[in-house]
Amino acid sequence: MSNTTLKVPTMAEYMAEGKQPEVLFWVGCMGSFDDRAKKVTKAFVRLLNKANVDFAVLGTEESCTGDPAKRAGNEFLFQMQAVTNIEVLNAYEIKKIVTACPHCFNTIKNEYPGLGGNYQVMHHTQFLKSLLDEGRLTVEGGQFKGKRITFHDPCYLGRANDVYEAPRDLIRKLDAELVEMKSCKSRGLCCGAGGAQMFKEAEPGNKEVNIARTEQAIDVKPQIIAAGCPFCNTMMTDGVKAKDKESEIEVMDIAELIANAQDL
Amino acid sequence: MNYIPNILFAVALIVGIGYFAKNVKKLIRNIKLGHDVDVSDNTSQRWKNMAMIALGQSKMVKRPIAGFLHIIVYVGFIIINIEVLEIIIDGLAGTHRIFSGIGPLYGVLIGAFEVLAFLVLVSVIIFWIRRNVVKIKRFWANEMTSWPKNDANYILYIEMVLMLLFLVMNATDLKFQEMNNGNVISQFIAPWFSGLSDGTIHIIERSAWWLHILGILGFLNYLYFSKHLHILLAFPNTYYGKVKPKGELDNLESVTNEVKMMMDPSIDPFAAQPESAEAPAKFGASDVQDLNWVQLLNAYTCTECGRCTSECPANQTGKKLSPRKIMMDTRDRLEEVGKNIDANGGTFKEDGKQLLDDYITREELWACTTCNACVEACPVSIDPLSIIMEMRRYLVMEQSAAPMELNNMMTNVENNGAPWPYNQMDRLNWKNE
Repeated sequence: MSNTTLKVPTMAEYMAEGKQPEVLFWVGCMGSFDDRAKKVTKAFVRLLNKANVDFAVLGTEESCTGDPAKRAGNEFLFQMQAVTNIEVLNAYEIKKIVTACPHCFNTIKNEYPGLGGNYQVMHHTQFLKSLLDEGRLTVEGGQFKGKRITFHDPCYLGRANDVYEAPRDLIRKLDAELVEMKSCKSRGLCCGAGGAQMFKEAEPGNKEVNIARTEQAIDVKPQIIAAGCPFCNTMMTDGVKAKDKESEIEVMDIAELIANAQDL
Repeated sequence: MNYIPNILFAVALIVGIGYFAKNVKKLIRNIKLGHDVDVSDNTSQRWKNMAMIALGQSKMVKRPIAGFLHIIVYVGFIIINIEVLEIIIDGLAGTHRIFSGIGPLYGVLIGAFEVLAFLVLVSVIIFWIRRNVVKIKRFWANEMTSWPKNDANYILYIEMVLMLLFLVMNATDLKFQEMNNGNVISQFIAPWFSGLSDGTIHIIERSAWWLHILGILGFLNYLYFSKHLHILLAFPNTYYGKVKPKGELDNLESVTNEVKMMMDPSIDPFAAQPESAEAPAKFGASDVQDLNWVQLLNAYTCTECGRCTSECPANQTGKKLSPRKIMMDTRDRLEEVGKNIDANGGTFKEDGKQLLDDYITREELWACTTCNACVEACPVSIDPLSIIMEMRRYLVMEQSAAPMELNNMMTNVENNGAPWPYNQMDRLNWKNE
């Protein structure tokens, strides 16, 4: 991996120069603070830098979208977060947002418009796909050529917003062997983190949801489980560890696959 | 001329349809106990959903075996009802097979009905075997207590009997068998009765005819008490079902108003409330009256097939949550509230019970991952997740009764802008790490 420093301009810096970026990269709480997800954030930034995308982040002006609060039932806290974020976004006259978190994606895309925040919102897999389609980024299989990869559909990208193909198209571009789990696409099994479950112990049962999902993945004997959500990434990584399969199966975000394929 | 059969028939028809109409009125009243909700948007998409999902059965066939058999029963049910029209005219006018005058086409029609009736019979028997012999898991889950199981079997028995009566009625109709046009299936049943006198066969034919139509009227009236209501309510339910992306939860308007007030520096928080100010609405739902009417329609539409529950990640991993139970509980409580209103002269008398805790436990509500698998699985556009969310809202905003870990998460969001205790000023640190 090259050590070229990342170019991560903030909106404040753009504003100072009187310029407007092409797109705002909404990093999200996981992408900002979680050690595993930060690697995904950086991989995505390397790709944005490589493709010379004129982007900016909010940096310290970004705050939680309010998704976990809303799904926990705290509509007050959600709307406080939403209104605050929308004020910041509108002040910067943001038109287009890309994010690597399907929860942020869903919330900003679907729940912010009713509160005065109207933006074109893309998941990073959709955005990367468009960069490829426009010829701004090229992908070669590299180290992933011929590897068995299964994609775990994030609920908030798939069922919630009907995005199934963009991440799969990207995997195919790697000349990898894309294998589907028993439950996939609209019937994909949840990783167990959604609806604020990430932040609490599960109710009593006979199994953890992430274990059930990991077992489905292991059944198709992948070398890599591809994720498109930092929460799913954590849950699947934990699942693989619990099943003692760390030496055989890696859990990687699609952005990491694309970036690593070109040794970025 | 003897008019007694005609009069008896008319009375049966009026009583049968009248009692059903009375219960439909009650059904509508109960559904309207829910909050109003705007469903005037996306009319063309809504019609399309109804055409595809209810009329076209597009979601049923996601499970091919059950889907295929269901389509046979569904098509049979609709088409064989053309025959009911003839029976009604015959019964009222004292005629016999009034449509037979239309010529050879009549044979084609009746022939088609007979084939369908036979296929329906076979399908219904397979359904019965799936439930009672193969014991498919979703039909034996915890919420499938004695009534839901019996209800399902009663429906299958009634359908078997109705189809048999239709075929026997044709088989023992000597004139119809003589025509030998359209008796595709019944010609094989006719020989069973060949040893009997013409008079006896006629009595069997009349009995089958009467039992068939009385059975249909009885079945019509059974609907209101049964999960079988879905044959009617699937249509409005798919029309009024969610047209927004599944991931989108509504933003509570009452909260929006409060948040705007909090954020607006020009509002005087100490200003006296105007006299007319309404008491603030309850946030979320603890009982059926707090839900909206589409959610209550959802509850009446549920036919307890359990596809939602079998796709639910929480249920699959042994948690108590079952989306089907959420819908069944909502209907049961709504029925209870409806009966309470009937018993108290049109107004609800507090009964010390509610949907939360008395029907749906907190443990069930907190097990949901909001993954939308149940919503996706439902063949008639029911949204159990929206009810779970409304009840979580009540727990959190009215009772501050979230699990402790979630309270910690929410405190962090409030103070640090992230679900963990990290400083917002550190949000860009990853850049230099």
